[in-house]
Amino acid sequence: MITRAYRHSLNGSHLAPGQPLMEVSDVSLRFGGITALAGVGFTVTQGHIHAVIGPNGAGKSSLLNCISGLYRPQEGQVTLYTKNGPAELVGMRPHRIARLGVARSFQNIELFRHLTVLENLMLGRHVHMRHRLLASLAWFGPARREEIAHRVLVEEVIDLLQIQSVRHQPVGSLAYGFQKRVELGRALCMQPALLLLDEPMAGMNTEEKEDMARFVLDVHELAGVTVVLIEHDMNVVMDISDRVSVLDFGELIADGTPAEVSANPDVVRAYLGEELSA
Amino acid sequence: MPASATGVHHRSYASELTLRHTRAERFRLLLILAAVVMVPFIVTPYWLTIANQIGIAVIGAVGLNILVGYTGQISLGQGGFLAVGAYTSALLHIRADLPVPVCIALAVITTAAIGALFGVPALRLKGLYLAIATLASQEIILFAVRTWDWLTGGVDAISLPRLEVGGFIFRQDFDWYWVIMAFAVLAVITGRNLFRTGLGRSFMAVRDQDIAASAMGVDVTRTKVLAFAISSAYAGLAGALMAHYTGIVTWERFTLDVSVLYLAIIIVGGLGSIAGSVYGAIFMITLPALITRFGQDFQSIWPQAAEKVPAVQVIVFGLVIVLFLIFEPRGLNRIWQRMKDYIRFWPYRY
Repeated sequence: MITRAYRHSLNGSHLAPGQPLMEVSDVSLRFGGITALAGVGFTVTQGHIHAVIGPNGAGKSSLLNCISGLYRPQEGQVTLYTKNGPAELVGMRPHRIARLGVARSFQNIELFRHLTVLENLMLGRHVHMRHRLLASLAWFGPARREEIAHRVLVEEVIDLLQIQSVRHQPVGSLAYGFQKRVELGRALCMQPALLLLDEPMAGMNTEEKEDMARFVLDVHELAGVTVVLIEHDMNVVMDISDRVSVLDFGELIADGTPAEVSANPDVVRAYLGEELSA
Repeated sequence: MPASATGVHHRSYASELTLRHTRAERFRLLLILAAVVMVPFIVTPYWLTIANQIGIAVIGAVGLNILVGYTGQISLGQGGFLAVGAYTSALLHIRADLPVPVCIALAVITTAAIGALFGVPALRLKGLYLAIATLASQEIILFAVRTWDWLTGGVDAISLPRLEVGGFIFRQDFDWYWVIMAFAVLAVITGRNLFRTGLGRSFMAVRDQDIAASAMGVDVTRTKVLAFAISSAYAGLAGALMAHYTGIVTWERFTLDVSVLYLAIIIVGGLGSIAGSVYGAIFMITLPALITRFGQDFQSIWPQAAEKVPAVQVIVFGLVIVLFLIFEPRGLNRIWQRMKDYIRFWPYRY
């Protein structure tokens, strides 16, 4: 349901819903003798909320870090389908991947804590701005025009996430729930083709979780942004996701719709606990 | 949460982006500008020299604050970069016989390039380790200056002729005051502008959280090198002005002490604040000058006073830094903000 008319679409992908947006194939990541990921592969479809679940230490965050370029897997490919054709993300530096439209949030909030909410969100516009040195030093002219032009979209995100009241506050001084929201907002300001959310609801109470789930759904339904979501709360995952991939000890043990996955005996054993299968 | 002026309602993003929103703020700026214009007509020659030194220190401090305060890359190499600027401009002037404005412009560019080069270790090193690497750059530059006799004249000082532009000769501190202040104001304005834009924000993003910055599309490598280059460009300008203003270029003016002085200026003034760079420069240059003055005044009472001055200066220098680090690590800028808040909130506490 579209409640407000926004001028900008937050979706940076030009693919039709239902087409494959990203293919992860045979990704293996090792730290010394520890295997974090062993031949993981799945496909993220345009327009889906794709949840990645698994017990602690299963390799979920490592997988996200491989996609966004912070880790470099020893084997495997991650292919993103952009408007300029497929792009191989493995081996690409993080800021290049961001330029292709992959935005993310972090499990432990990684905001720019001395900057205000507004400045954090404006940094989400970084890839869309030109940043010419002399224009920046002069301010009046192109630099100022650019700031104002991008501010319009940023204000739409502020409105969507209902953080108007804290716009000018340094993020370091905000409550945890707000910080999580700002982090989502910062990623949204990139107008991402693919949004990676690493436990956006961790450490929240039920009410805050519901709010956050609502925001993720809003983003997804209003703008059609494809979301890859890591989450521990099974209720949330089963409620909002279109597709679920399950990791356990670095291996993909299931991949399917929420109903299929929750019926999968391996998943029940690994994740939901043995006693539930009885 | 700092106090904000009431009754300010913006109707456009453009008006919100202005730096001064109230009449009082604009009036204060006018007062400062008036003071800058009045100074050379009021003060004694001794203090006019100090004012010129402050102007040069402001330029260097703005540059260092861009690197250390805003980008979070600690540097002990400011003295070396000042030397590069001073020597480049001086040598271009006396060897290649280029006009001084061209020399200064080339010195800025050269220092930026050399700063970018010495910024390369910052791609791998952080914090204390980077401080040591920049200390090395300081020592390497001064070593080169002292030993490359064919280029720099070695340990001997270079003397420069009086600056002459279009037939006008800059003889006295009074003439130089306007040149230095014009550049200092330019440095402050460009520094302030930089951090109103996305480019400056990406510097701060690298300081606060470099991994997140790269995930937001900020090229961390490029940003760090650029920060070194911009910072060194300011240092190059300060060094070149110093060379032509004093007329003498010698390596002894660019030792590690100078690097430490500049770090002290931005710590006392306030890291990550352009205004703080100005406050810090005024404070840290005026303080030793005051001590010298007191030493001379006390000579009639206590004849040894003048010779104790250098020792007292060193003690006070150390004491000031320690006191600031303990009581207000965010420097004079923060103290000034608190004073403004106090007045705005008055008669309430918050």
